Amino acid sequence: MPRTLNTLAERAAAATPQAVARRVRGLSDRAVAWAFISPTIVLLLAINIFPLVWTIWLSFTNYRANRPNAPVRWIGGDWYTDILTNPDIWVAMQVTARFVIASIAIQTVLGFTLAWLIDRRFRGHGVWTTVILLPMMLSPAVVGNFWTFLYQPQIGLFNYMVSFVTGVPPSSFQMLGDVTLSPWAIVIVDTWMWTPYVMLICVAGLRSIPEHIYEAAEIDRASAWRRFWSITLPMALPFIMLAVLFRGIENFKMFDMVNLLTGGGPGSTTEVASITLKREAFEKWRTGYSSAFAIILFVTVFGLANIYVKALNRVKQR
Amino acid sequence: MKRLLATLGAVIAAVGIAAPAQDAQAQGKTLTLCWAAWDPANALVELSKDFTAQSGVNMKFEFVPWPNFADRMLNELNSKGRLCDLLIGDSQWIGGSAENGHYVKLNDFFAREGIKIDDFMPATVAGYASWPKGTPNYWALPAMGDALGWTYRKDWFARPDIQAAFKQRFNRDIAPPKTQAELKDIAEFFQGREIDGKRVYGAAIFTERGSEGITMGVANALHTHGFKYQDPNKPYSMEGFVNSAASVAGLDFYKQLYKCCTPPGYSNSYMQEGLDAFKSGQVALQMNWFAFFPGLHKDPNVGGDRIGFFVNPPGPAGRGSQLGGQGISVVSYSQNRTEALQYIKWFASADVQKKWWSLGGYSCHKAVLEDPNFASTAPFARDFLTAMGEVVDFWAEPSYAQLLLAMQKRIHDFVVADQGTAKQALDLLIQDWTKVFKEDGKI
Amino acid sequence: MPAAGLSTAHSIVEPTPLARRIAGTIVIAYAVLALIPLVWIGLTSIKSPPDSISYPPKVLPWVDFEPTIEGYCNLFTTRSRQTPEYIASLPPADDRCEALARGKGMVVVGPSNYVPRFVNSVVIAFGSTVLAVVLGTLAAYGFSRFRVPLKDDLLFFILSTRMMPPIAVAIPIFLMYRELGLSDTRLGMILLYTSVNVSLAVWLLKGFIDEIPREYEEAAMIDGYTRLQAFVKVVLPQATTGIAATAIFCLIFAWNEYAFAVLLTSGSAQTAPPFIPIIIGEGGQDWPAVAAGTTLFLLPILAFTILLRKQLLRGITFGAVRK
Repeated sequence: MPRTLNTLAERAAAATPQAVARRVRGLSDRAVAWAFISPTIVLLLAINIFPLVWTIWLSFTNYRANRPNAPVRWIGGDWYTDILTNPDIWVAMQVTARFVIASIAIQTVLGFTLAWLIDRRFRGHGVWTTVILLPMMLSPAVVGNFWTFLYQPQIGLFNYMVSFVTGVPPSSFQMLGDVTLSPWAIVIVDTWMWTPYVMLICVAGLRSIPEHIYEAAEIDRASAWRRFWSITLPMALPFIMLAVLFRGIENFKMFDMVNLLTGGGPGSTTEVASITLKREAFEKWRTGYSSAFAIILFVTVFGLANIYVKALNRVKQR
Repeated sequence: MKRLLATLGAVIAAVGIAAPAQDAQAQGKTLTLCWAAWDPANALVELSKDFTAQSGVNMKFEFVPWPNFADRMLNELNSKGRLCDLLIGDSQWIGGSAENGHYVKLNDFFAREGIKIDDFMPATVAGYASWPKGTPNYWALPAMGDALGWTYRKDWFARPDIQAAFKQRFNRDIAPPKTQAELKDIAEFFQGREIDGKRVYGAAIFTERGSEGITMGVANALHTHGFKYQDPNKPYSMEGFVNSAASVAGLDFYKQLYKCCTPPGYSNSYMQEGLDAFKSGQVALQMNWFAFFPGLHKDPNVGGDRIGFFVNPPGPAGRGSQLGGQGISVVSYSQNRTEALQYIKWFASADVQKKWWSLGGYSCHKAVLEDPNFASTAPFARDFLTAMGEVVDFWAEPSYAQLLLAMQKRIHDFVVADQGTAKQALDLLIQDWTKVFKEDGKI
Repeated sequence: MPAAGLSTAHSIVEPTPLARRIAGTIVIAYAVLALIPLVWIGLTSIKSPPDSISYPPKVLPWVDFEPTIEGYCNLFTTRSRQTPEYIASLPPADDRCEALARGKGMVVVGPSNYVPRFVNSVVIAFGSTVLAVVLGTLAAYGFSRFRVPLKDDLLFFILSTRMMPPIAVAIPIFLMYRELGLSDTRLGMILLYTSVNVSLAVWLLKGFIDEIPREYEEAAMIDGYTRLQAFVKVVLPQATTGIAATAIFCLIFAWNEYAFAVLLTSGSAQTAPPFIPIIIGEGGQDWPAVAAGTTLFLLPILAFTILLRKQLLRGITFGAVRK
C-alpha cells in the first residue's frame, strides 16, 4: 500500500501547478475535491488505519515481533482478559490517573491565574507572555533529560534552590529516587512545560468575554468578587475545559518525559501506562499482548474524551 | 504555493538521493560497528585504525550507552536493520540472535580461515560465542571478557587514622574484604565519614531500574549466598532455588548494603553513576565491571596508587561473580558481510589481541591471558583471571529480556521502593519466570 | 470631582495602575523562575565538567567559573583515555579540542555522531512539515469548499488518530516498516511524522480557509479562472498566515518528537532528541556536552518562537478553540 502512496504523493508533488492545471482544466469541482483530499486520505489509510486494523488483528494472536519465524496462533480474547485481570496493569493505570489529575489540576489553577494576571494588560505583557511560552515549545525529551541534572541530590540546581529557600540540606531529599517524591518530580516538570499552554487558551477565553457584560455588571454595582464568580469564570469555563481536555489526552499518552526522568522508577512508582506498554512491546517483544493493551488504552482515551466532550458541549450551551 | 511545491520536490529528491547514497558509501567500503558507549569502545576505535590502514576499509561506529544498549540494538536486530555490520552484543543475546537468524553462524568461516576457537578462553567461548550452550555452534568471536568486580580507595585504606579507627571498631586490620560480610563492614565504616573535610560514603553499587543494573548488582550477592537459577537436575524448576532461604538472605544482604552504605540519591545507578561517585572521591568501594578498571587505573585523581581492585568476595555459599562481556558477531542483514568477516579475522589474530589488551580492552585470547607475564601487566590482571574462573551468567534464553525485566521489577520494588519482603519478591519472580517459560513452551 | 472621575476611568475593563503593577510583578516573577532551567542549560554548556557539578552551583561566567569550549568539544568528538607514554608517541595536537583532550590524558579518536543526528533532525522535520502542509492545505480546501460524503466522520476520524498513544502507533509501524525496508530511514520517519501532522494541519487550515469568503473565488472564476487557478491565485495568498502558523506547529512537533524516533530509528535516520540524552563522557553523563547539545538543539526553536510569536499564538488559540 505505501508503494502507491509514495508514487501518489510524488506525483502530486512533482507536477507543477501549471501542468496540473492544464490536465485538470476540464475537471469538475467533484474531481478537484477528490484530487485534493485523496492524497491525505491515502496517507492516513496507509499509516493510520491499516496499522490500527493490524494492531486489532495482532491483539488476538500470540505473535511476537522478535520471533518472526514462530507460528502465529489465534488466541481469541485471552490477552484482554489477561490484561484486565493483571494487578500490575491496574497499578500502572492508577499511576497514570494520578499523574494526569495532579498535573492538570495544578496547571489549570496556575495557568488560569497567570492568564487572569496577563489580562490586566500591564506594560510589557506581550513580551513576558512570549517568555513564559518558551518551555512548551521545547522537546520534552531533551529538556526532561536535562531536568534529571537539576534534580541531582548533591549537585542539582533544583535541590540547591529548595534548600536555599527552606533550609533543608540539599542532599537530604531525592526527587527522582524517592517513592513519595518521584511522582511530584514529574508533575513539576510537566507543569513547568505545559502551564503556558493552559494559560494561552485561558487568555483567549478571557479576551472572548464581551466588555459590555462587565459594564452591565458595574452598573448593577456587583462586587469584583461577584463579577469574577458570576461572569469571568463561567464565561471562560468552556475554554478552561478545552485546555483540560487537550492536556488530559496528552498526559494520558505521556511517554517521553517520564521515560527520561525516572524510566518508571523507583520500583514501579512512576510507571505510567505508556511505559508499561513500551516495556511489553519493545523490550519483552510480546507484540500480541501489547497490541491488546494498546487497543485498551486507545479505547479508554477515546471513551473518556467523548464523555468529556459531551459535558463540554453542555457547558457551552448554557 | 509554487514555492512550496518546489521545496517539496527538492525534499523528495533529497530523500531519494539519500537512500542510494548509503549504498554508494558501502561500495566505498565502510563498516559500521555497534557496541556500547564505554571506555573499551573508544579503545576499539583507536585499535581499529590499524585495520583501516591495513585493509583500506573505513570504520564507522555506533555506540549506545549501556542503559539503552540492549533496547536499541535488539530493536535494530528485530527490525532487520542494516545499521550495524558488526555487533558486539551482550552475552545474553546470543540465544535469541542465533535462533532468529540475526547473527551469521561462524563455524564455516572459522574453519576456512583457520581461526581456532580453542585459542580463546573456554569460559568466554561458552559465555559469548556458542548457542545452544555447550555445543560447538559459534555465532560470535569472544571480543571482550568481563566480570563484575570491585574497586577500593587504596589511599584511604592506607591512612593511619582510618586504620586505627577501623581496628578499634572491628578489631581487625582494614584490608580488601575476604567475605561479603567484611565488605559490608567496610562500607558501613566509611559511610558518612569525613575524609579531608569531605563527607564520604561506603559503596557505589548497582541499583538501576530501566535495563539490567540492579539484576547484575544483586547477582554478586545472590550467587555468593547460594542462589541458583534452577534445579540443576530439573531445568526450569525454580521453587526452592530462586527463593531458597539462602537466596532470601542474599537479597536481604543487598538491600541492607543499599540502605546502609550508598551515597544519597543512589536509587537508580549503574556503571556510569558508580564511576562518577568513585572518581569524584565520594565512595570507598565501588562495584563495577572489570572493563572500566584500565580507565580507572589511568584516572588522574583516583587512579595509580590510590586505587585497588578485588574480586567479588565469597559469601556463605562460596564464590561467584556476575559474568559480563561480549562477543563480536556479523549481523546477517549486513550488506558488507565479506568486509565484516575480514574484520573478525583481523581481530582474532594474536598480535591484534595483544594490542587490544594494551589499549584497555579485555582480550579473551590465550596468547594474552596465558602469557606468563600477564598477571603483572596490570594490577587487576590477576583478579580478572580469578573472576573469569568463577563467573555465573543470567539466563541466555531467547526470552532473556522478559526474564530480565521481571527480575528488574521485583528486585527494584523490594530493594529501592521498599515493597514487601525478600521472600515475597523472589516468590513473585518465580511466578513471572514460570509464566515466561510456559509461554515459551519450556514447561 | 477628580476622585470620582478616576474611579470611572478605571472600570473593571481597565484595571487600576496598582493592580496592573502587582499583576505584572507576579507574571514576571513566574517568567523568570520558568527561565532558570533554560539559562542553566546554556551556562552548563560553557562549564568544565568539574565546574558543572560543583556545590554550591557556580552561576556567573568569568566570576565563578572560567568559560570553556570543552563541552562543545566533547559534544563533537569521541575520546579515549590512554597512557602518557602512548600520548607522547603521537604527533602534536592540531586543534584546540585535541589539545584539550590530551591535557586530560585522552586522545580524540574521531567525530561523534551529533552532527549526523542533527542533520537527520533538520531533514526529517522540514521534509515532513512541507509534506504535511501541502497535503493539509489541499485537503483543507477540499473539505472547506466541497460537499464530501461523510465529511464530518472523516474530519472527526482524522482528529481522533491523535488520541492514540505514540507507542501504540509504533507497534504496527515497526512491523510494517520492517517488511518494507523503511526501518531507520529518513523517508520512513518523514512519512510517519507527516501522517501525524496532517491531521492537525487539515484541522487548523480548514478553519483558516473557512474564514476566506467564497465570493473571492467565485468572482475570479467568473473572470475566467479555473477552480485550480482560483485556488492558487486567490485562496493561497489569503491563507498565508494560516499556512505559516500550521507549518510552525508541524515543524515544532517533528523537531521535538521523541517516542517514534527512539523506537523506530537506531542510527541512519536517528534524530537528535533520542541521541542527546545518551551523550556520555568517560564515566557518567558528560553534562557540559549534554548541555551543549541541548543548547544547539533548542536555539532554532527559541529563535522561531520569539520571531514568529504572533503566528504561533494565533495558531495555538485558534486551533484549540476551534476544536
